[in-house]
Amino acid sequence: MDTIASVLSVSLYEGLVFGLVTIGVYLTFRFLTFPDLSVDSTFTLGGAIAGVLIVNGVNPFVATLGAFAGGLCAGLVTGFLNTELRISALLAGILMMVGLYSVNLRIMGGANVPLLREVNSFDVVAGLLGLGGGMVSSIIFVALVVLVFFLILNWFLRTEIGLALRATGDSEQMVRSLGTDTNKTVLLGCALSNGLVALAGALVAQNQGFSDVGMGIGMIVMGLAAVIIGEGLFHPKGIAPILLACLGGTFVYRLFLTIALRLGMPPGDLKLVTALLVIVVLAIPYVQKRLRHEWMPPAQRL
Amino acid sequence: MDATENNIVLQLRKVRKIFARDSVDKIIALNGVDLDVYDRDFVTVIGSNGAGKSTLLNIVAGVFPPERGGMVIIKGHDVTNLPEHKRAAYVGRVWQEPAVGTAGKLTIEENLCLALLRKHPRGLSSAIDKQRRQQFREQLASLGLGLEDRLNTPVKNLSGGQRQALALVMATIGNPAILLLDEHVATLDPRTAQTVLQLTAEIVHREQMAAIMVTHNMEVALRYGKRLVMMHKGRIVVDIGETDKKALTVTDLIAAFEQAAGEKFLDDTILLSSQE
Repeated sequence: MDTIASVLSVSLYEGLVFGLVTIGVYLTFRFLTFPDLSVDSTFTLGGAIAGVLIVNGVNPFVATLGAFAGGLCAGLVTGFLNTELRISALLAGILMMVGLYSVNLRIMGGANVPLLREVNSFDVVAGLLGLGGGMVSSIIFVALVVLVFFLILNWFLRTEIGLALRATGDSEQMVRSLGTDTNKTVLLGCALSNGLVALAGALVAQNQGFSDVGMGIGMIVMGLAAVIIGEGLFHPKGIAPILLACLGGTFVYRLFLTIALRLGMPPGDLKLVTALLVIVVLAIPYVQKRLRHEWMPPAQRL
Repeated sequence: MDATENNIVLQLRKVRKIFARDSVDKIIALNGVDLDVYDRDFVTVIGSNGAGKSTLLNIVAGVFPPERGGMVIIKGHDVTNLPEHKRAAYVGRVWQEPAVGTAGKLTIEENLCLALLRKHPRGLSSAIDKQRRQQFREQLASLGLGLEDRLNTPVKNLSGGQRQALALVMATIGNPAILLLDEHVATLDPRTAQTVLQLTAEIVHREQMAAIMVTHNMEVALRYGKRLVMMHKGRIVVDIGETDKKALTVTDLIAAFEQAAGEKFLDDTILLSSQE
Protein backbone atom coordinates (compact mmCIF):
# COMPACT_ATOMS: atom_id res chain seq x y z
CA MET A 1 0.00 0.00 0.00
CA ASP A 2 2.81 2.33 0.93
CA THR A 3 4.54 1.55 -2.36
CA ILE A 4 1.44 2.40 -4.35
CA ALA A 5 1.02 5.66 -2.44
CA SER A 6 4.62 6.62 -2.99
CA VAL A 7 4.53 5.68 -6.69
CA LEU A 8 1.38 7.76 -7.13
CA SER A 9 2.70 10.74 -5.21
CA VAL A 10 6.01 10.75 -7.10
CA SER A 11 4.11 10.53 -10.40
CA LEU A 12 1.72 13.25 -9.31
CA TYR A 13 4.56 15.60 -8.42
CA GLU A 14 6.39 14.84 -11.67
CA GLY A 15 3.22 14.94 -13.72
CA LEU A 16 2.57 18.47 -12.48
CA VAL A 17 6.08 19.91 -12.74
CA PHE A 18 6.91 18.27 -16.08
CA GLY A 19 3.35 19.03 -17.18
CA LEU A 20 4.56 22.63 -17.55
CA VAL A 21 7.10 21.34 -20.11
CA THR A 22 4.36 19.42 -21.93
CA ILE A 23 2.12 22.50 -22.08
CA GLY A 24 5.08 24.45 -23.47
CA VAL A 25 5.71 21.80 -26.10
CA TYR A 26 2.00 21.78 -26.96
CA LEU A 27 2.05 25.56 -27.55
CA THR A 28 4.74 25.34 -30.21
CA PHE A 29 4.07 21.93 -31.75
CA ARG A 30 0.32 22.06 -31.93
CA PHE A 31 -0.77 25.72 -31.90
CA LEU A 32 2.09 27.10 -33.99
CA THR A 33 3.11 23.91 -35.87
CA PHE A 34 6.62 25.01 -34.90
CA PRO A 35 8.72 21.97 -33.92
CA ASP A 36 10.88 23.77 -31.36
CA LEU A 37 13.63 21.38 -30.24
CA SER A 38 15.40 23.96 -28.05
CA VAL A 39 13.35 22.68 -25.08
CA ASP A 40 16.17 20.43 -23.79
CA SER A 41 18.42 23.45 -23.34
CA THR A 42 15.84 25.96 -22.12
CA PHE A 43 14.86 23.52 -19.36
CA THR A 44 18.50 23.50 -18.24
CA LEU A 45 18.62 27.28 -18.71
CA GLY A 46 15.82 27.62 -16.16
CA GLY A 47 17.67 25.41 -13.69
CA ALA A 48 20.93 27.27 -14.27
CA ILE A 49 19.45 30.76 -13.83
CA ALA A 50 17.48 29.83 -10.72
CA GLY A 51 20.46 27.96 -9.24
CA VAL A 52 22.96 30.77 -9.73
CA LEU A 53 20.55 33.43 -8.49
CA ILE A 54 19.74 31.43 -5.34
CA VAL A 55 23.41 30.76 -4.61
CA ASN A 56 24.00 34.49 -4.90
CA GLY A 57 21.41 35.20 -2.25
CA VAL A 58 18.44 36.18 -4.41
CA ASN A 59 15.00 35.33 -3.00
CA PRO A 60 14.16 31.84 -4.39
CA PHE A 61 10.78 32.95 -5.75
CA VAL A 62 12.39 35.87 -7.55
CA ALA A 63 15.04 33.45 -8.85
CA THR A 64 12.28 31.17 -10.17
CA LEU A 65 10.62 34.10 -11.93
CA GLY A 66 14.06 35.05 -13.29
CA ALA A 67 14.32 31.58 -14.82
CA PHE A 68 10.88 32.06 -16.39
CA ALA A 69 12.05 35.38 -17.87
CA GLY A 70 15.24 33.74 -19.16
CA GLY A 71 13.15 31.10 -20.91
CA LEU A 72 10.94 33.81 -22.45
CA CYS A 73 14.05 35.48 -23.89
CA ALA A 74 15.48 32.21 -25.25
CA GLY A 75 12.13 31.52 -26.93
CA LEU A 76 12.15 35.00 -28.45
CA VAL A 77 15.56 34.27 -29.97
CA THR A 78 14.35 30.95 -31.42
CA GLY A 79 11.31 32.72 -32.87
CA PHE A 80 13.49 35.53 -34.19
CA LEU A 81 15.78 33.06 -36.00
CA ASN A 82 12.73 31.68 -37.74
CA THR A 83 10.61 34.76 -38.45
CA GLU A 84 13.28 37.37 -39.15
CA LEU A 85 16.21 35.33 -40.47
CA ARG A 86 13.97 32.76 -42.19
CA ILE A 87 15.82 29.80 -40.68
CA SER A 88 13.55 26.75 -40.67
CA ALA A 89 11.81 26.10 -37.37
CA LEU A 90 13.45 22.73 -36.92
CA LEU A 91 16.94 24.12 -37.49
CA ALA A 92 16.31 27.23 -35.38
CA GLY A 93 15.40 24.97 -32.44
CA ILE A 94 18.43 22.74 -32.96
CA LEU A 95 20.77 25.75 -33.19
CA MET A 96 19.35 27.15 -29.97
CA MET A 97 19.64 23.78 -28.27
CA VAL A 98 23.32 23.53 -29.22
CA GLY A 99 24.20 27.17 -28.55
CA LEU A 100 22.43 27.33 -25.19
CA TYR A 101 24.48 24.37 -23.93
CA SER A 102 27.55 26.62 -23.81
CA VAL A 103 25.51 29.51 -22.42
CA ASN A 104 24.25 27.26 -19.60
CA LEU A 105 27.82 26.22 -18.75
CA ARG A 106 28.82 29.90 -18.64
CA ILE A 107 25.87 30.84 -16.44
CA MET A 108 26.66 28.09 -13.94
CA GLY A 109 30.42 28.57 -14.24
CA GLY A 110 30.75 24.80 -14.40
CA ALA A 111 28.81 21.62 -15.05
CA ASN A 112 26.58 21.98 -12.00
CA VAL A 113 25.47 24.19 -9.11
CA PRO A 114 24.77 22.48 -5.77
CA LEU A 115 21.74 23.94 -3.97
CA LEU A 116 21.39 21.59 -1.02
CA ARG A 117 22.64 24.12 1.50
CA GLU A 118 20.51 26.97 0.14
CA VAL A 119 16.96 27.83 1.12
CA ASN A 120 14.85 27.20 -1.99
CA SER A 121 11.21 27.97 -2.71
CA PHE A 122 10.10 24.44 -1.77
CA ASP A 123 11.63 24.95 1.70
CA VAL A 124 9.86 28.27 2.09
CA VAL A 125 6.50 26.79 1.08
CA ALA A 126 7.01 23.77 3.35
CA GLY A 127 7.78 26.17 6.18
CA LEU A 128 4.64 28.21 5.49
CA LEU A 129 2.50 25.08 5.38
CA GLY A 130 4.20 23.72 8.48
CA LEU A 131 4.87 20.42 6.70
CA GLY A 132 8.63 20.24 7.10
CA GLY A 133 9.59 19.56 3.50
CA GLY A 134 8.00 16.25 2.46
CA MET A 135 6.45 15.14 -0.81
CA VAL A 136 3.07 16.54 0.23
CA SER A 137 4.28 20.12 0.44
CA SER A 138 6.21 19.73 -2.84
CA ILE A 139 3.02 18.56 -4.54
CA ILE A 140 1.03 21.41 -3.04
CA PHE A 141 3.61 23.97 -4.19
CA VAL A 142 3.88 22.74 -7.80
CA ALA A 143 0.10 22.28 -7.93
CA LEU A 144 -0.30 25.95 -7.00
CA VAL A 145 2.22 27.03 -9.64
CA VAL A 146 0.54 24.86 -12.26
CA LEU A 147 -2.88 26.18 -11.23
CA VAL A 148 -1.75 29.77 -11.68
CA PHE A 149 -0.38 29.10 -15.16
CA PHE A 150 -3.36 26.95 -16.05
CA LEU A 151 -5.70 29.83 -15.21
CA ILE A 152 -3.55 32.36 -17.07
CA LEU A 153 -3.31 30.21 -20.21
CA ASN A 154 -6.96 29.18 -20.05
CA TRP A 155 -7.83 32.88 -20.10
CA PHE A 156 -5.15 34.05 -22.52
CA LEU A 157 -5.71 31.41 -25.21
CA ARG A 158 -9.37 32.43 -25.41
CA THR A 159 -8.63 36.12 -25.88
CA GLU A 160 -8.46 37.71 -29.30
CA ILE A 161 -4.65 37.52 -29.34
CA GLY A 162 -4.74 33.96 -28.03
CA LEU A 163 -7.16 33.01 -30.79
CA ALA A 164 -4.83 34.44 -33.45
CA LEU A 165 -1.94 32.52 -31.87
CA ARG A 166 -3.87 29.25 -31.98
CA ALA A 167 -4.87 29.80 -35.61
CA THR A 168 -1.29 30.53 -36.71
CA GLY A 169 -0.29 26.89 -37.04
CA ASP A 170 -3.50 26.03 -38.87
CA SER A 171 -3.39 28.60 -41.64
CA GLU A 172 -0.78 31.28 -41.39
CA GLN A 173 -1.97 32.72 -44.70
CA MET A 174 -5.48 33.20 -43.36
CA VAL A 175 -4.34 34.73 -40.08
CA ARG A 176 -2.25 37.29 -41.94
CA SER A 177 -5.05 38.10 -44.37
CA LEU A 178 -7.31 38.77 -41.39
CA GLY A 179 -4.96 41.34 -39.92
CA THR A 180 -2.56 39.59 -37.54
CA ASP A 181 1.19 39.69 -38.05
CA THR A 182 1.97 35.98 -37.73
CA ASN A 183 5.63 36.76 -37.03
CA LYS A 184 4.46 38.28 -33.77
CA THR A 185 2.24 35.35 -32.80
CA VAL A 186 5.14 32.97 -33.49
CA LEU A 187 7.47 35.07 -31.31
CA LEU A 188 4.88 35.23 -28.56
CA GLY A 189 4.16 31.50 -28.69
CA CYS A 190 7.83 30.50 -28.67
CA ALA A 191 8.53 32.86 -25.76
CA LEU A 192 5.62 31.56 -23.67
CA SER A 193 6.52 27.96 -24.44
CA ASN A 194 10.15 28.28 -23.42
CA GLY A 195 9.24 30.40 -20.41
CA LEU A 196 7.11 27.53 -19.09
CA VAL A 197 9.86 25.01 -19.85
CA ALA A 198 12.48 27.10 -18.03
CA LEU A 199 10.12 27.55 -15.10
CA ALA A 200 9.83 23.77 -14.83
CA GLY A 201 13.63 23.52 -14.96
CA ALA A 202 13.94 26.02 -12.11
CA LEU A 203 11.47 24.07 -9.95
CA VAL A 204 13.08 20.70 -10.67
CA ALA A 205 16.56 22.05 -9.85
CA GLN A 206 15.38 23.41 -6.52
CA ASN A 207 13.55 20.24 -5.56
CA GLN A 208 16.44 17.92 -6.47
CA GLY A 209 18.97 20.21 -4.82
CA PHE A 210 21.22 21.01 -7.77
CA SER A 211 21.32 22.38 -11.29
CA ASP A 212 23.15 20.29 -13.82
CA VAL A 213 24.10 20.97 -17.42
CA GLY A 214 22.59 17.64 -18.47
CA MET A 215 19.29 17.96 -16.56
CA GLY A 216 17.31 18.91 -19.66
CA ILE A 217 18.37 16.01 -21.83
CA GLY A 218 15.33 14.15 -23.11
CA MET A 219 12.82 16.88 -22.17
CA ILE A 220 11.65 17.36 -25.76
CA VAL A 221 11.05 13.63 -26.16
CA MET A 222 9.21 13.54 -22.84
CA GLY A 223 7.11 16.56 -23.81
CA LEU A 224 6.17 15.07 -27.17
CA ALA A 225 5.44 11.68 -25.65
CA ALA A 226 3.21 13.31 -23.02
CA VAL A 227 1.38 15.38 -25.66
CA ILE A 228 0.73 12.26 -27.72
CA ILE A 229 -0.36 10.21 -24.71
CA GLY A 230 -2.60 13.03 -23.47
CA GLU A 231 -4.25 13.44 -26.86
CA GLY A 232 -4.54 9.70 -27.39
CA LEU A 233 -6.14 9.03 -24.01
CA PHE A 234 -8.34 12.09 -23.54
CA HIS A 235 -9.15 13.44 -27.05
CA PRO A 236 -9.36 16.98 -25.67
CA LYS A 237 -11.67 19.55 -27.29
CA GLY A 238 -11.35 23.11 -26.05
CA ILE A 239 -8.63 24.97 -24.20
CA ALA A 240 -9.09 23.76 -20.63
CA PRO A 241 -9.37 20.10 -21.74
CA ILE A 242 -6.20 20.48 -23.83
CA LEU A 243 -4.25 21.89 -20.88
CA LEU A 244 -5.61 19.13 -18.62
CA ALA A 245 -4.75 16.49 -21.24
CA CYS A 246 -1.15 17.79 -21.24
CA LEU A 247 -0.99 17.38 -17.47
CA GLY A 248 -2.76 14.01 -17.61
CA GLY A 249 -0.49 12.74 -20.36
CA THR A 250 2.57 13.74 -18.38
CA PHE A 251 1.21 12.03 -15.26
CA VAL A 252 0.56 8.77 -17.13
CA TYR A 253 3.99 8.95 -18.73
CA ARG A 254 5.78 9.55 -15.43
CA LEU A 255 3.64 6.87 -13.77
CA PHE A 256 4.84 4.27 -16.27
CA LEU A 257 8.45 5.32 -15.81
CA THR A 258 8.18 5.26 -12.00
CA ILE A 259 6.59 1.80 -12.08
CA ALA A 260 9.28 0.57 -14.45
CA LEU A 261 11.96 1.86 -12.08
CA ARG A 262 10.24 0.34 -9.03
CA LEU A 263 10.07 -3.00 -10.82
CA GLY A 264 13.84 -2.89 -10.85
CA MET A 265 14.35 -1.91 -14.45
CA PRO A 266 17.76 -0.29 -14.94
CA PRO A 267 17.48 3.48 -15.66
CA GLY A 268 19.16 2.90 -19.02
CA ASP A 269 16.10 0.95 -20.21
CA LEU A 270 13.69 3.82 -19.54
CA LYS A 271 14.21 5.34 -22.98
CA LEU A 272 12.90 2.09 -24.46
CA VAL A 273 9.88 2.27 -22.15
CA THR A 274 9.24 5.81 -23.43
CA ALA A 275 9.47 4.72 -27.05
CA LEU A 276 7.21 1.69 -26.51
CA LEU A 277 4.65 3.78 -24.64
CA VAL A 278 4.39 6.31 -27.48
CA ILE A 279 4.21 3.53 -30.08
CA VAL A 280 1.37 1.82 -28.20
CA VAL A 281 -0.63 5.03 -27.80
CA LEU A 282 -0.17 5.91 -31.48
CA ALA A 283 -0.91 2.41 -32.72
CA ILE A 284 -4.07 1.71 -30.67
CA PRO A 285 -6.47 3.86 -32.73
CA TYR A 286 -4.99 2.45 -35.93
CA VAL A 287 -5.36 -1.15 -34.78
CA GLN A 288 -8.93 -0.45 -33.62
CA LYS A 289 -9.83 0.92 -37.02
CA ARG A 290 -8.16 -2.04 -38.72
CA LEU A 291 -10.25 -4.42 -36.66
CA ARG A 292 -13.41 -2.56 -37.68
CA HIS A 293 -12.24 -2.68 -41.31
CA GLU A 294 -12.35 1.11 -41.57
CA TRP A 295 -10.52 2.85 -44.35
CA MET A 296 -7.23 4.46 -43.32
CA PRO A 297 -5.32 7.09 -45.29
CA PRO A 298 -1.73 6.23 -46.26
CA ALA A 299 0.99 6.83 -43.69
CA GLN A 300 2.26 10.39 -43.29
CA ARG A 301 5.95 11.13 -43.67
CA LEU A 302 6.18 14.59 -42.19
CA MET B 1 -19.39 53.56 -65.91
CA ASP B 2 -18.89 57.00 -64.44
CA ALA B 3 -15.39 57.48 -63.17
CA THR B 4 -15.89 59.99 -60.39
CA GLU B 5 -13.09 59.75 -57.87
CA ASN B 6 -15.14 58.85 -54.82
CA ASN B 7 -16.67 55.63 -56.07
CA ILE B 8 -13.40 54.02 -57.10
CA VAL B 9 -12.56 51.21 -54.70
CA LEU B 10 -9.32 49.93 -56.20
CA GLN B 11 -6.82 51.55 -58.51
CA LEU B 12 -3.83 49.70 -59.91
CA ARG B 13 -1.30 51.85 -61.73
CA LYS B 14 1.61 50.55 -63.84
CA VAL B 15 1.79 47.39 -61.78
CA ARG B 16 4.62 45.10 -62.79
CA LYS B 17 5.89 42.01 -61.02
CA ILE B 18 9.00 40.06 -61.95
CA PHE B 19 10.02 36.77 -60.33
CA ALA B 20 13.52 35.23 -60.37
CA ARG B 21 14.82 38.48 -61.82
CA ASP B 22 18.48 37.58 -62.25
CA SER B 23 18.09 34.10 -63.62
CA VAL B 24 17.39 32.46 -66.93
CA ASP B 25 13.99 31.52 -65.54
CA LYS B 26 13.00 35.17 -65.13
CA ILE B 27 9.24 35.49 -65.23
CA ILE B 28 7.40 38.72 -65.93
CA ALA B 29 4.21 37.80 -64.10
CA LEU B 30 2.61 41.23 -64.45
CA ASN B 31 3.70 43.55 -67.19
CA GLY B 32 2.11 46.93 -66.65
CA VAL B 33 -1.42 46.45 -65.32
CA ASP B 34 -3.76 49.41 -64.91
CA LEU B 35 -7.12 48.61 -63.44
CA ASP B 36 -9.91 50.60 -61.80
CA VAL B 37 -12.51 48.73 -59.81
CA TYR B 38 -15.57 50.73 -58.86
CA ASP B 39 -18.01 50.53 -56.00
CA ARG B 40 -20.21 47.40 -56.34
CA ASP B 41 -18.17 46.23 -59.31
CA PHE B 42 -18.07 42.43 -59.60
CA VAL B 43 -15.17 41.68 -61.90
CA THR B 44 -14.48 38.18 -63.19
CA VAL B 45 -10.90 37.62 -64.31
CA ILE B 46 -10.09 34.91 -66.78
CA GLY B 47 -6.85 33.82 -68.39
CA SER B 48 -4.71 30.77 -68.94
CA ASN B 49 -2.06 29.44 -66.57
CA GLY B 50 0.71 31.99 -66.12
CA ALA B 51 -1.40 34.90 -67.34
CA GLY B 52 -0.86 36.69 -64.02
CA LYS B 53 -4.30 36.28 -62.40
CA SER B 54 -3.08 35.03 -59.04
CA THR B 55 -0.18 37.48 -59.01
CA LEU B 56 -2.70 40.26 -59.53
CA LEU B 57 -4.69 39.16 -56.48
CA ASN B 58 -1.50 38.78 -54.43
CA ILE B 59 -0.52 42.35 -55.32
CA VAL B 60 -3.93 43.66 -54.25
CA ALA B 61 -3.80 41.61 -51.02
CA GLY B 62 -0.26 42.76 -50.26
CA VAL B 63 1.41 39.34 -50.23
CA PHE B 64 4.23 41.08 -52.09
CA PRO B 65 4.64 44.64 -53.38
CA PRO B 66 4.70 45.52 -57.09
CA GLU B 67 7.95 46.56 -58.78
CA ARG B 68 9.06 50.15 -58.20
CA GLY B 69 6.83 52.63 -60.00
CA GLY B 70 3.67 50.60 -59.57
CA MET B 71 0.88 51.75 -57.28
CA VAL B 72 -1.98 50.11 -55.42
CA ILE B 73 -4.64 52.46 -54.10
CA ILE B 74 -7.64 51.22 -52.15
CA LYS B 75 -10.44 53.68 -51.27
CA GLY B 76 -8.06 56.55 -51.86
CA HIS B 77 -5.35 55.17 -49.54
CA ASP B 78 -2.00 54.36 -51.07
CA VAL B 79 -1.40 50.82 -49.76
CA THR B 80 1.42 49.95 -52.17
CA ASN B 81 3.90 49.25 -49.40
CA LEU B 82 1.55 48.04 -46.68
CA PRO B 83 2.16 44.40 -45.72
CA GLU B 84 -0.65 41.91 -46.02
CA HIS B 85 -1.76 41.96 -42.38
CA LYS B 86 -2.17 45.74 -42.47
CA ARG B 87 -4.51 45.53 -45.48
CA ALA B 88 -7.00 43.28 -43.74
CA ALA B 89 -9.36 46.21 -43.23
CA TYR B 90 -9.52 46.71 -46.99
CA VAL B 91 -9.25 43.22 -48.43
CA GLY B 92 -11.21 40.01 -47.84
CA ARG B 93 -9.97 36.91 -49.57
CA VAL B 94 -11.04 33.36 -50.34
CA TRP B 95 -8.47 30.87 -51.64
CA GLN B 96 -8.75 27.83 -53.81
CA GLU B 97 -8.01 25.46 -50.90
CA PRO B 98 -10.61 25.45 -48.11
CA ALA B 99 -7.80 24.60 -45.69
CA VAL B 100 -6.10 27.94 -46.42
CA GLY B 101 -9.10 30.21 -45.89
CA THR B 102 -10.27 28.60 -42.65
CA ALA B 103 -8.44 27.29 -39.58
CA GLY B 104 -9.36 23.61 -39.28
CA LYS B 105 -8.63 23.09 -35.59
CA LEU B 106 -10.59 26.14 -34.49
CA THR B 107 -14.35 26.10 -34.19
CA ILE B 108 -16.70 27.88 -36.58
CA GLU B 109 -17.28 30.74 -34.14
CA GLU B 110 -13.55 31.13 -33.46
CA ASN B 111 -12.86 31.38 -37.18
CA LEU B 112 -15.60 33.98 -37.60
CA CYS B 113 -14.29 35.93 -34.63
CA LEU B 114 -10.84 36.25 -36.19
CA ALA B 115 -12.46 37.55 -39.36
CA LEU B 116 -14.74 39.96 -37.50
CA LEU B 117 -11.70 41.64 -35.98
CA ARG B 118 -10.14 42.51 -39.32
CA LYS B 119 -10.38 46.25 -38.73
CA HIS B 120 -9.43 46.19 -35.05
CA PRO B 121 -6.18 45.40 -33.29
CA ARG B 122 -6.47 42.16 -31.36
CA GLY B 123 -6.70 42.72 -27.63
CA LEU B 124 -6.83 40.77 -24.43
CA SER B 125 -10.58 40.75 -24.12
CA SER B 126 -12.46 37.50 -24.45
CA ALA B 127 -12.75 36.58 -28.13
CA ILE B 128 -16.29 35.22 -28.07
CA ASP B 129 -19.20 36.82 -26.27
CA LYS B 130 -22.97 36.54 -26.50
CA GLN B 131 -23.35 39.48 -28.84
CA ARG B 132 -20.76 38.17 -31.31
CA ARG B 133 -22.21 34.67 -31.14
CA GLN B 134 -25.64 36.07 -32.04
CA GLN B 135 -24.12 37.98 -34.95
CA PHE B 136 -22.36 34.84 -36.23
CA ARG B 137 -25.56 32.85 -35.96
CA GLU B 138 -27.40 35.39 -38.10
CA GLN B 139 -24.61 35.55 -40.67
CA LEU B 140 -24.47 31.77 -40.98
CA ALA B 141 -28.25 31.37 -41.09
CA SER B 142 -28.29 33.39 -44.31
CA LEU B 143 -26.22 30.64 -45.95
CA GLY B 144 -28.99 28.11 -45.40
CA LEU B 145 -26.51 25.32 -44.66
CA GLY B 146 -27.43 24.78 -41.02
CA LEU B 147 -24.00 25.94 -39.86
CA GLU B 148 -25.59 28.34 -37.38
CA ASP B 149 -26.36 25.39 -35.10
CA ARG B 150 -22.79 24.11 -35.21
CA LEU B 151 -20.87 27.12 -33.92
CA ASN B 152 -18.72 24.93 -31.69
CA THR B 153 -17.81 22.39 -34.38
CA PRO B 154 -14.14 22.33 -35.37
CA VAL B 155 -13.97 23.51 -38.97
CA LYS B 156 -11.99 20.46 -40.08
CA ASN B 157 -15.17 18.41 -39.58
CA LEU B 158 -17.00 20.36 -42.29
CA SER B 159 -17.15 19.36 -45.96
CA GLY B 160 -15.13 21.27 -48.55
CA GLY B 161 -18.22 23.14 -49.74
CA GLN B 162 -19.23 24.11 -46.22
CA ARG B 163 -15.69 25.28 -45.50
CA GLN B 164 -15.66 27.45 -48.63
CA ALA B 165 -19.05 28.89 -47.72
CA LEU B 166 -17.68 29.70 -44.27
CA ALA B 167 -14.53 31.17 -45.85
CA LEU B 168 -16.81 33.40 -47.93
CA VAL B 169 -18.62 34.68 -44.86
CA MET B 170 -15.26 35.22 -43.15
CA ALA B 171 -13.92 37.16 -46.12
CA THR B 172 -16.91 39.50 -46.11
CA ILE B 173 -17.57 39.91 -42.37
CA GLY B 174 -16.24 43.17 -40.93
CA ASN B 175 -16.89 45.01 -44.21
CA PRO B 176 -13.64 44.98 -46.18
CA ALA B 177 -13.63 47.27 -49.22
CA ILE B 178 -12.98 44.57 -51.76
CA LEU B 179 -13.43 40.82 -51.94
CA LEU B 180 -10.82 38.69 -53.73
CA LEU B 181 -11.84 35.23 -54.91
CA ASP B 182 -8.98 33.10 -56.15
CA GLU B 183 -10.55 30.20 -58.07
CA HIS B 184 -12.47 29.52 -54.90
CA VAL B 185 -14.67 26.77 -56.33
CA ALA B 186 -11.94 24.96 -58.28
CA THR B 187 -11.56 22.11 -55.77
CA LEU B 188 -15.30 21.54 -55.32
CA ASP B 189 -17.49 19.08 -57.19
CA PRO B 190 -19.64 20.72 -59.93
CA ARG B 191 -22.86 20.83 -57.90
CA THR B 192 -21.22 22.23 -54.77
CA ALA B 193 -19.31 24.67 -56.96
CA GLN B 194 -22.67 25.90 -58.32
CA THR B 195 -24.02 26.38 -54.81
CA VAL B 196 -20.95 28.27 -53.62
CA LEU B 197 -20.95 30.45 -56.74
CA GLN B 198 -24.63 31.24 -56.17
CA LEU B 199 -23.83 32.13 -52.54
CA THR B 200 -20.96 34.28 -53.73
CA ALA B 201 -23.23 36.25 -56.04
CA GLU B 202 -25.82 36.68 -53.28
CA ILE B 203 -23.29 37.82 -50.69
CA VAL B 204 -21.56 40.26 -53.03
CA HIS B 205 -24.95 41.71 -53.94
CA ARG B 206 -26.16 41.90 -50.35
CA GLU B 207 -22.98 43.38 -48.89
CA GLN B 208 -22.81 45.78 -51.85
CA MET B 209 -19.07 45.33 -52.08
CA ALA B 210 -16.60 45.30 -54.91
CA ALA B 211 -15.26 41.87 -55.85
CA ILE B 212 -12.66 40.36 -58.13
CA MET B 213 -13.18 36.71 -58.98
CA VAL B 214 -10.45 34.77 -60.73
CA THR B 215 -11.65 31.70 -62.59
CA HIS B 216 -10.48 29.18 -65.13
CA ASN B 217 -13.95 28.59 -66.38
CA MET B 218 -15.23 30.77 -69.23
CA GLU B 219 -18.89 30.06 -68.62
CA VAL B 220 -18.55 30.95 -64.96
CA ALA B 221 -16.79 34.15 -65.98
CA LEU B 222 -19.64 34.96 -68.34
CA ARG B 223 -22.50 33.99 -66.05
CA TYR B 224 -21.32 35.72 -62.89
CA GLY B 225 -20.22 39.27 -62.29
CA LYS B 226 -20.89 42.58 -63.98
CA ARG B 227 -17.61 42.98 -65.73
CA LEU B 228 -15.15 40.63 -67.40
CA VAL B 229 -11.41 41.05 -67.63
CA MET B 230 -9.17 38.72 -69.60
CA MET B 231 -5.47 38.50 -68.89
CA HIS B 232 -2.67 37.29 -71.11
CA LYS B 233 1.06 37.26 -70.46
CA GLY B 234 0.86 39.64 -67.55
CA ARG B 235 -1.44 42.17 -69.21
CA ILE B 236 -5.13 42.90 -69.29
CA VAL B 237 -6.10 42.29 -72.92
CA VAL B 238 -9.89 42.38 -72.71
CA ASP B 239 -12.10 44.44 -70.38
CA ILE B 240 -15.84 44.17 -70.99
CA GLY B 241 -18.40 46.18 -69.04
CA GLU B 242 -21.88 45.29 -67.79
CA THR B 243 -23.97 46.08 -70.86
CA ASP B 244 -21.73 44.26 -73.34
CA LYS B 245 -21.14 41.34 -70.99
CA LYS B 246 -24.81 40.34 -70.89
CA ALA B 247 -24.87 39.35 -74.55
CA LEU B 248 -21.37 37.88 -74.56
CA THR B 249 -20.70 34.28 -75.61
CA VAL B 250 -17.62 32.09 -75.41
CA THR B 251 -17.07 32.59 -79.16
CA ASP B 252 -17.25 36.38 -78.76
CA LEU B 253 -14.75 36.18 -75.97
CA ILE B 254 -12.26 34.20 -78.03
CA ALA B 255 -12.65 36.63 -80.90
CA ALA B 256 -12.13 39.59 -78.57
CA PHE B 257 -9.06 37.92 -77.15
CA GLU B 258 -7.53 37.22 -80.56
CA GLN B 259 -8.13 40.75 -81.69
CA ALA B 260 -6.63 42.28 -78.57
CA ALA B 261 -3.69 39.95 -78.06
CA GLY B 262 -2.89 39.78 -81.77
CA GLU B 263 -2.49 36.04 -81.70
CA LYS B 264 -4.52 32.87 -82.05
CA PHE B 265 -6.35 31.62 -79.00
CA LEU B 266 -4.62 28.35 -78.31
CA ASP B 267 -5.38 27.53 -74.72
CA ASP B 268 -7.30 24.27 -74.61
CA THR B 269 -7.57 24.29 -70.85
CA ILE B 270 -9.90 27.28 -70.88
CA LEU B 271 -12.02 25.94 -73.74
CA LEU B 272 -12.24 22.52 -72.18
CA SER B 273 -13.07 23.82 -68.75
CA SER B 274 -15.93 25.82 -70.22
CA GLN B 275 -17.65 22.53 -70.98
CA GLU B 276 -17.56 21.20 -67.42
